[in-house]
Amino acid sequence: MALSGIQIYKMLPQTNCKECGFPTCLAFSMKLAAKQVELSDCPYVTEESKQQLAESAAPPIRLVTLKAVEREVSVGNEVVLFRHEKKFFNRPGVLLRVRDTEDPQAISEKVQAADAYSVDYVGLDLRLDGFAVEAASDDAATFATAVQTVRKSSGLPLILVTDDPAIMEAGVGALDAEKPLLMGANAANWEAMAALAAQRETALGVSAASLEELAELTEKIKEKGVEDMVLHPSVGSMGASLALQTQIRRLALKNFRPLGFPTIAFAGDCGDPATEATLAAHAICKYAGLVVIDTFSPALVYPILVLRENIFTDPQKPIQVMPAIYEINDPKPDDPVLITTNFSITYFSVANEVEGSGLPAWLVVADAEGMSVLTAWAAGKFDAERIAKAIKDFGVDAKVDKKVIVLPGHVAVLSGELEEELPGWEIKVGPREAVDLPAYMKAVLI
Amino acid sequence: MSIEIPKDKWPGAVKTVTLGATSEQGGTRTKAVTIGGEQTLPFMHFENETPHRPAIALEITASRPGEWSQVLQDAWGDALDDPARWAKAGEEAGVDLILLMFGLNDAEGNPVTPDFAVSTVKSVLEATGLPLLVLGPGQAEIDNAIAVPVADATKGERLAIGLCEDGNYRTIVAAAMANDHLVVGRTPMDVNLAKQLNILITDMGLPLDRIIMDPTTGALGYGIEYGYSVMERLRLAALQGDAMTQLPLLVNPGFEAWKTKESKVGEGVPDTWGDWAERGVHWETLTAVSLIEAGADIVVLRHPESLARVRQSIDELMTAEPA
Ligand code: B12
Ligand code: SF4
Repeated sequence: MALSGIQIYKMLPQTNCKECGFPTCLAFSMKLAAKQVELSDCPYVTEESKQQLAESAAPPIRLVTLKAVEREVSVGNEVVLFRHEKKFFNRPGVLLRVRDTEDPQAISEKVQAADAYSVDYVGLDLRLDGFAVEAASDDAATFATAVQTVRKSSGLPLILVTDDPAIMEAGVGALDAEKPLLMGANAANWEAMAALAAQRETALGVSAASLEELAELTEKIKEKGVEDMVLHPSVGSMGASLALQTQIRRLALKNFRPLGFPTIAFAGDCGDPATEATLAAHAICKYAGLVVIDTFSPALVYPILVLRENIFTDPQKPIQVMPAIYEINDPKPDDPVLITTNFSITYFSVANEVEGSGLPAWLVVADAEGMSVLTAWAAGKFDAERIAKAIKDFGVDAKVDKKVIVLPGHVAVLSGELEEELPGWEIKVGPREAVDLPAYMKAVLI
Repeated sequence: MSIEIPKDKWPGAVKTVTLGATSEQGGTRTKAVTIGGEQTLPFMHFENETPHRPAIALEITASRPGEWSQVLQDAWGDALDDPARWAKAGEEAGVDLILLMFGLNDAEGNPVTPDFAVSTVKSVLEATGLPLLVLGPGQAEIDNAIAVPVADATKGERLAIGLCEDGNYRTIVAAAMANDHLVVGRTPMDVNLAKQLNILITDMGLPLDRIIMDPTTGALGYGIEYGYSVMERLRLAALQGDAMTQLPLLVNPGFEAWKTKESKVGEGVPDTWGDWAERGVHWETLTAVSLIEAGADIVVLRHPESLARVRQSIDELMTAEPA
């Protein structure tokens, strides 16, 4: 955790010489604690203090990046236990595992499909982050071939999985300059694995069943020159894993450096897609930095990616779209005007329906401070006045000649007031749910 | 290396609440279900034992649900026409509780009458030995018109009745008090509103161990994060000793998840959404599991496959030892 001004002050010369531009060392340390000045502004700090201060400024959970040809994924750097305390910063990477014992053709097809997978959620393009390749064959050449097959089929980041340093070496050898995660080190093989990771400057996964063992291993590995590590608390039940993940997060946030790394969870280890989905959900909610799944099925991947998005949104800022008039399917002056709010989920539920129906419409998005229809209505941010203002501000009058406005069904109560605010317009009440909009538009508006 | 595991020591605990009464306890249930009692954040078994596992309630409706997803209709078949059969099927599927939901109308499309409410509740009580929750549609007049006669007709069963909301709780609380029942109170996703409602209810004299609170939640993709964080904050407040937040939490991931387009609609959706039925079940299951991580004591579900999956997750979360 970052040091307080007082703690920093104790490490300064305390001579108040003013060369830093501040009247006292204390004033300078306060500024430093607030990250408003650089330590180098004081010419007199000792080497020892410099080092201590640098260490304390490091994030409690190290940011670890897996780099590949096309993309990279960074995880870690979290600073809280609960998202409402601030927010969760780096979405856990979700990667798909393939085993080198699978048929190469099958690997290549699966990887290509997963690589190409992209699903729209409130205008965001959700995708998988990469692949874990596991040396289930226990054979170096087979593993290297599988790694190459995966790399040929996708440019996404990789995790290489084997306990055997020689096989690992063959696997990394199959890749050019990129930084996969080597998964990994354990009590038996850590020296060789650490040497390999240090030489390739890649991140190293570390497995152990207890926190003590994990911490001992990371300390020893660090001495071998490996800074980037990922912890794998390898236990079976969700309850036991929740305990370890929580303990690691708590210790890391207390600046216990040996466990100050992101963690990884292999949700696919359970061997059954139904359980795999719940394990992945559990890992996303409670602290995993990387989640590895075995099943590539859109029905499973889509909800997992959405959950990740939800848990990692900033609690202080609802995801919003710009208040504006949106033209859907090339509307003409005699097409209807639909009203909604600027909460992303709301906007996209409506916009996607209308777009999918092929029917043209003007979608007016009122500024409701990023709230859903009913929330905004209850909070007084989506009333007749605001809607009328949006109609005026966006010059809707000039764009349409058939003056018909459709309100969301949930705020039918607004129609009377809105008629008063907008003389000359016909106010219609649409269905409650956006799913029913196309049918409504066909039946009522055309 | 020896590591001192950081353990939270909380001054407060969640109240223990028992639903249902067996014949020795003055009811007719074959078993009672106890929830709550947590002295730690969810499943922190290394700090203290989790005395009661989260319970799963199956939502059934008093008359055939008109707008439910085809996936759910296919899963339950004709049982949807008969709450008693439906409840029995739920019991066989291993749920802990039955939540009977009344809409505005009965099976013939006429407004719900007290007689219809009472006879439906009785038929469900006869068909299953599980504790029962009975909720109205969330409209004051109808909720009261259902809750009062149902409470009178089932004295001693320790049903949970509702909905108590800040604008409408007195009648329902009085009916529960007079007949040894519990109440469910619902507030819209806000810690302070939840506390306020609990204060209003307890001011009438209903003890805290007969109140279950529904803080409202959203489905995966549709606001779950708000519900998730409100629940975490409520549980933290309870453990910190704030008495008016120390009640077990009930949420309805089934209702929320099956209302989303992802679960409701099978045609004309992107291929990237995958198989419809499987997606619907995942939507409900992941919503439920996430909310259980956030502190849910009762999750209300709809699909039989979700019941099984969520149950398995709860089994695992209750297990402290490595598998
Ligand atoms: C998430 C949520 C919140 C979040 C806000 C999220 C946000 N950014 O908006 C938070 C926690 C902050 C919140 C706060 C409040 N909330 Co709130 N909240 C919800 C919740 C759970 C989900 C809302 C949501 O996101 N829905 C999804 C979006 C997509 O739905 P939607 O915008 O309505 O859009 C749909 C339709 O309206 C339709 N549609 C949209 N536009 C259009 C346009 C046309 C033309 C048509 C035809 C259709 C259409 O299509 C969409 C999809 O079908 C609901 C309860 C629930 N489960 O629904 C309560 C709810 C909306 N909240 C409610 C209340 C009372 C509040 C508060 C006043 C109380 C409080 N907690 O203090 C505050 C107000 C905010 C403030 N003062 O800051 C009440 C409103 C009751 C009412 N009928 O008035 C609700 C219904 C809960 C309840 N049952 O009591 N809330
Ligand atoms: S330059 Fe360094 S020693 Fe001088 S006042 Fe600033 S902080 Fe203190």
